[in-house]
Amino acid sequence: MSIQDHDSHKVDSISGTTTTGHSWDGIEELNTPLPKWWLTILYASIIWAIGYVIVYPAIPLVSSFTQGAFGWSSRAAVEADLAELVQQRAPVVAALSKASITEIEKDPKLLAFARASGRVTFGDNCAPCHGAGGGGAKSYPNLNDDDWLWGGSAEQIYETIAYGIRSGHPKAHEGNMPAFGRDGLLKPAEISQVADYVRALSGLSTATGYDKAIGAKVFAENCAACHGDEGKGNQELGAPNLTDQIWLYGSDKATISESIINGRGNVMPAWVGRLDETTIKALTVYVHTLGGGR
Amino acid sequence: MSLWQKHAIFEKNSIILLIGVLIVISFGGLVEILPLFYLKSTIEKVDGVRPYTPLELAGRNIYVREGCYVCHSQMIRALRDEVERYGHYSLAAESMYDHPFQWGSKRNGPDLARVGNKYSDDWQRQHLNNPRSVVPASIMPGYPWLARTELDISHLAEDMRVLALEGVPYTPEMITNAEQDARAQASDADAGDLTKRYAKALARNYGGDPTRLTEADALIAYLQLLGTQVDFKIYDDKANLR
Amino acid sequence: MATATGLHGQDKQMTNGELGLIILAVATTFGSVYVAAKAYTPEYAFHAWVLAAASLATVFGVANRYFNRPAEMPQQVIDGKPNYNYGPVKFATLISLFWGVAGFLVGLIIALQLAFPELNFDLPWISFGRLRPLHTSAVIFAFGGNVLLASSFYVVQRTCRARLAGDLAPWFVVLGYNLFIVIAGTGYLLGITQSKEYAEPEWYADLWLTIVWVVYLLVYLATVIKREEPHLYVANWFYLAFIVTIAVLHLVNNASIPISIFSSKSYIAWSGVQDAMVQWWYGHNAVGFFLTAGFLAIMYYFVPKRAQRPVYSYRLSIIHFWALIFMYIWAGPHHLHYTALPDWAQTLGMTFSIMLWMPSWGGMINGLMTLSGAWDKLRTDPVLRMLVVSVAFYGMSTFEGPLMSIKVVNSLSHYTDWTIGHVHSGALGWVGFVSFGAIYCLVPWLWNKRELYSLKLVNWHFWISTIGIVVYITSMWVAGILQGLMWRAYTSLGYLEYSFIETVDAMHPFYIIRAIGGGLFLAGTLVMVYNIYKTIVTPEPALEQAGSPALVPAE
Ligand code: HEC
Ligand code: HEC
Ligand code: HEC
Ligand code: HEM
Ligand code: HEM
Ligand SMILES: [Ca+2]
Ligand SMILES: [Ca+2]
Ligand SMILES: [Cu+2]
Repeated sequence: MSIQDHDSHKVDSISGTTTTGHSWDGIEELNTPLPKWWLTILYASIIWAIGYVIVYPAIPLVSSFTQGAFGWSSRAAVEADLAELVQQRAPVVAALSKASITEIEKDPKLLAFARASGRVTFGDNCAPCHGAGGGGAKSYPNLNDDDWLWGGSAEQIYETIAYGIRSGHPKAHEGNMPAFGRDGLLKPAEISQVADYVRALSGLSTATGYDKAIGAKVFAENCAACHGDEGKGNQELGAPNLTDQIWLYGSDKATISESIINGRGNVMPAWVGRLDETTIKALTVYVHTLGGGR
Repeated sequence: MSLWQKHAIFEKNSIILLIGVLIVISFGGLVEILPLFYLKSTIEKVDGVRPYTPLELAGRNIYVREGCYVCHSQMIRALRDEVERYGHYSLAAESMYDHPFQWGSKRNGPDLARVGNKYSDDWQRQHLNNPRSVVPASIMPGYPWLARTELDISHLAEDMRVLALEGVPYTPEMITNAEQDARAQASDADAGDLTKRYAKALARNYGGDPTRLTEADALIAYLQLLGTQVDFKIYDDKANLR
Repeated sequence: MATATGLHGQDKQMTNGELGLIILAVATTFGSVYVAAKAYTPEYAFHAWVLAAASLATVFGVANRYFNRPAEMPQQVIDGKPNYNYGPVKFATLISLFWGVAGFLVGLIIALQLAFPELNFDLPWISFGRLRPLHTSAVIFAFGGNVLLASSFYVVQRTCRARLAGDLAPWFVVLGYNLFIVIAGTGYLLGITQSKEYAEPEWYADLWLTIVWVVYLLVYLATVIKREEPHLYVANWFYLAFIVTIAVLHLVNNASIPISIFSSKSYIAWSGVQDAMVQWWYGHNAVGFFLTAGFLAIMYYFVPKRAQRPVYSYRLSIIHFWALIFMYIWAGPHHLHYTALPDWAQTLGMTFSIMLWMPSWGGMINGLMTLSGAWDKLRTDPVLRMLVVSVAFYGMSTFEGPLMSIKVVNSLSHYTDWTIGHVHSGALGWVGFVSFGAIYCLVPWLWNKRELYSLKLVNWHFWISTIGIVVYITSMWVAGILQGLMWRAYTSLGYLEYSFIETVDAMHPFYIIRAIGGGLFLAGTLVMVYNIYKTIVTPEPALEQAGSPALVPAE
């Protein structure tokens, strides 16, 4: 049953090629030679591959591997790429790191650089909490308005971004809203009164049974230390202004009561370590110029 | 012509064909896989990579169960834009205790290799519960059941025993204390010997109801660890080119 | 049949296979009830109950068959013609259609979930992360796998002129395989997964598949060995390579240790970078041997058969067969470019992927050129057209694959929807269409019909699905390249231009277009299902065969 036996016998009439002589369930095979172009490309790809293997790290050995003709490695390559980028940005980065934030904001060119750097960094790192345009959300402050928990000056914003708030970083802003209810510091009735008092500070309606005198007393004794006698807040402690109708958590009585009962203690991560110095500076400029910077 | 005829041996004897196939397919696998086990350069020398704590391990198993890896890679490639966006490119050492690896192959969502410490526990919780409540354009599914479901920690010791068998350096002491460590890590109270057994393990309530230990707590503990173990300020890039 | 039983009733004996299977199934029933009772999780208990039910059904099935069958086993040859065993082939053919529709539907659902995330409905078992592996397994292993089982059991008999080896064994293979599918699929929905792509099932499902697969190999080999043809036809080389290689891949990539026999959870022996390499050695060759070698075998039988032309080149068959299986194995690292896998391995993966181009195209050339002299048939025969277009898509995706393996190209395409576009040009265009073509051929042959119920409907199927594929893959190409370019875009000032979420937003329109494409593909498939159904149920005088049709046993 060798191929040759049949070569002479059967020729496919359409192609004029001989068949191999076998037939399986009616299927036959032509003895067509390998297509030239096909073989050529196959050989070419093999030759190219051999060349590539010589040039690049490729073959594992006993205790190492062939390093390739030029000692190329993807890790060295990315370091080089990054170095090139750093070099390209070097003049700008140098200028940014030398200038103070106010100087950056006054120099249109530097400002453009800082905002360009800040924009995507903000999008990838900050927007998940503070919203795409820094508009904030419940429990994440709006960075566009001129109401600041920890201060809206460029320096203050820088500190906040670099070290975070209750982030665990040693230099982070601390200061907590205590859990007056959970820790038994205030009775439910007192909480209800002071919650109404807080609402009244912003001109919001109060519930029936609200006694301003009690509310004011509880406030003065427990809250004023942080939020100020008039409830205008204290940026040293991150205690929000309770009179400005801007709410981090919400203005309804239940939410305010929740703040008083369980405290808050929201966390803003620290970014030193993750982002470099100039990037944080650029972010500061970006945030500072969003609209509410002081 | 004659060379072509030689092939008949495979066509006439299926066992020879079978053996031929087995031989031909064995080369590639052997050459590419075996050296990874013996070449020292495969896994970089780094400090800080430790096995998962029981709570993190439980969280990782939830990550696997929910199929997070179908959308999230955990592998920052050695490419400029990735390093700029996500941080230092991933090292082989960083996943050396991952059975199985979670590098992923598709990014419907961002890379998570260094998401640890990037957000707060509260954010993670809210995001898992309803991603669009924090990121309006997100296409990630919500996982509200995680915060509702009690975490099963009763078999963690068995998980760790198998992993130890496979080479993860879990000590008998770690294994016997599995349940206790899991509970300790998820509470604000004193974590006992947890950090003695697992360097720099973060013990806290992970933002949930302190009276309950839920699947969300474990998952968040895992997420908050990702990418935080190697200190790249002291890591030597040059020594680990390969 | 009833009379036959009566006639031979007295001296009827249970075969060793029947007896053995019954004993094994009874033991398995008790074993799985025990495991179910002590299972750590309800999900695992559920699977133990499924296994118990399946074993019990086996006991009844085998016993029932014993009582109803004639005393003598089916003859190997009737009137000098092989007495082909078509029962398992018919079953696998029909169930592949069922899984196909299910898998495409789940594909459509996850496509819509990516466009409209509300469709996850906050429910665990239908959330994207669990449905996506269900989709990939349903289309590759359930749909594709059953097509491979059906076609291989058909082709091996016809090209060896021998009845399928074994009596119960072929049924064990098809039913056992589908039990594996059920366990794997329900497992994903319940959160049981190993998280290794295309190898998600947990240890007990893997173990079961190993048993089934070994029996598959034995049935296949035994049939080949008792063949009447002196030479093995090329389709059988490919089937054989597919079966053994998948066995090797499956065993190595699933080397895991369960934490307990009462738990679904296991941990794979490999970790980190080694596990990544093993996984993509497996993953790439699941493509190479399941989706390529297996389906090339299908092509090698059905294209020449349908075109009624000899295969273009025997010599090309030889070269491209050996080159293909040799080179495929090396290409896995192209899934790990620029990762923590050492560079040397990436280089090997890339170079072998490029060298793989021509061996892949050898199959395409042999498929397409088989039509030379018969091109005109494409105009009149939509089934042949489907087969030929599938080969063209095969050629396209095996050109695109090597292109994407080039490191600079992969740096752009990896992690993006470009990969998804590539996958689906191979999956919908090649795997899907060659399967449809084979099923359209098989059904009339198996059910003794002169032709399909309607060739016009095949034509409709062809066009609806082709448009669907084109819409799907072009949208994903554009999406993927756009996504890759956006991720790496820098502003003139040297800073990244887009945040990640902006790139997510940019995908939205393409995800909708893709879903439309997928919907069309599914619609075409439904047309096919109707056509197949009508073909089978429409009564028609049986084909006048050369032998006596009455003697073909009604399996
Ligand atoms: C995990 C969520 C989260 C992320 C991410 C985050 N922040 Fe914050 N940020 C907060 C919270 C919460 C506060 C308010 C804390 C408080 O209640 O005192 C805050 C406060 C701030 C403040 C102070 C606002 C004020 O009124 O004083 C600034 C400025 C700020 N963030 C900027 C940023 C920048 C820039 C980034 C990105 C580099 C960022 N944040 C990322 C959660 C986050
Ligand atoms: C030790 C300092 C401190 C004391 C005392 C204190 N607070 Fe606060 N309060 C804070 C801080 C800090 C925040 C912001 C917490 C955060 O964002 O996590 C806050 C937030 C709040 C809020 C939420 C504001 C918003 O915008 O949603 C309310 C309401 C409030 N405090 C009311 C009170 C009342 C009423 C008392 C007294 C019973 C009180 N606070 C006592 C520090 C304090
Ligand atoms: C359908 C795809 C999808 C699935 C499945 C998915 N995610 Fe996401 N994920 C996203 C997208 C898109 C984003 C970016 C938008 C956002 O922040 O929500 C994201 C963002 C995230 C982030 C924030 C990352 C960052 O750096 O901003 C975390 C953490 C995360 N996902 C964790 C998970 C976990 C844990 C799971 C599984 C339980 C999961 N994801 C499943 C798509 C998904
Ligand atoms: C109606 C038809 C189909 C639709 C709508 C569809 C849709 C999808 C979607 C949305 C994904 C996920 C993509 C992502 O995560 O971004 C996917 C993945 C996948 N599909 Fe399909 N699909 C269809 C048919 C098929 C078929 C027929 C096959 C195989 C024979 C297939 C094989 C795959 C594979 C292998 C993946 C995973 C790809 C990867 O991980 O890179 N699909 N499909
Ligand atoms: C010469 C042949 C081929 C080569 C060299 C090749 C190469 C590639 C490459 C480079 C990738 C992308 C890997 C990544 O960046 O993650 C890929 C993905 C993929 N290809 Fe191919 N391909 C080939 C043929 C095919 C065929 C015919 C199919 C059939 C369906 C196919 C199915 C897939 C699948 C399913 C994936 C996705 C894997 C994943 O989950 O990430 N490929 N292929
Ligand atoms: Ca504000
Ligand atoms: Ca994938
Ligand atoms: Cu591949």
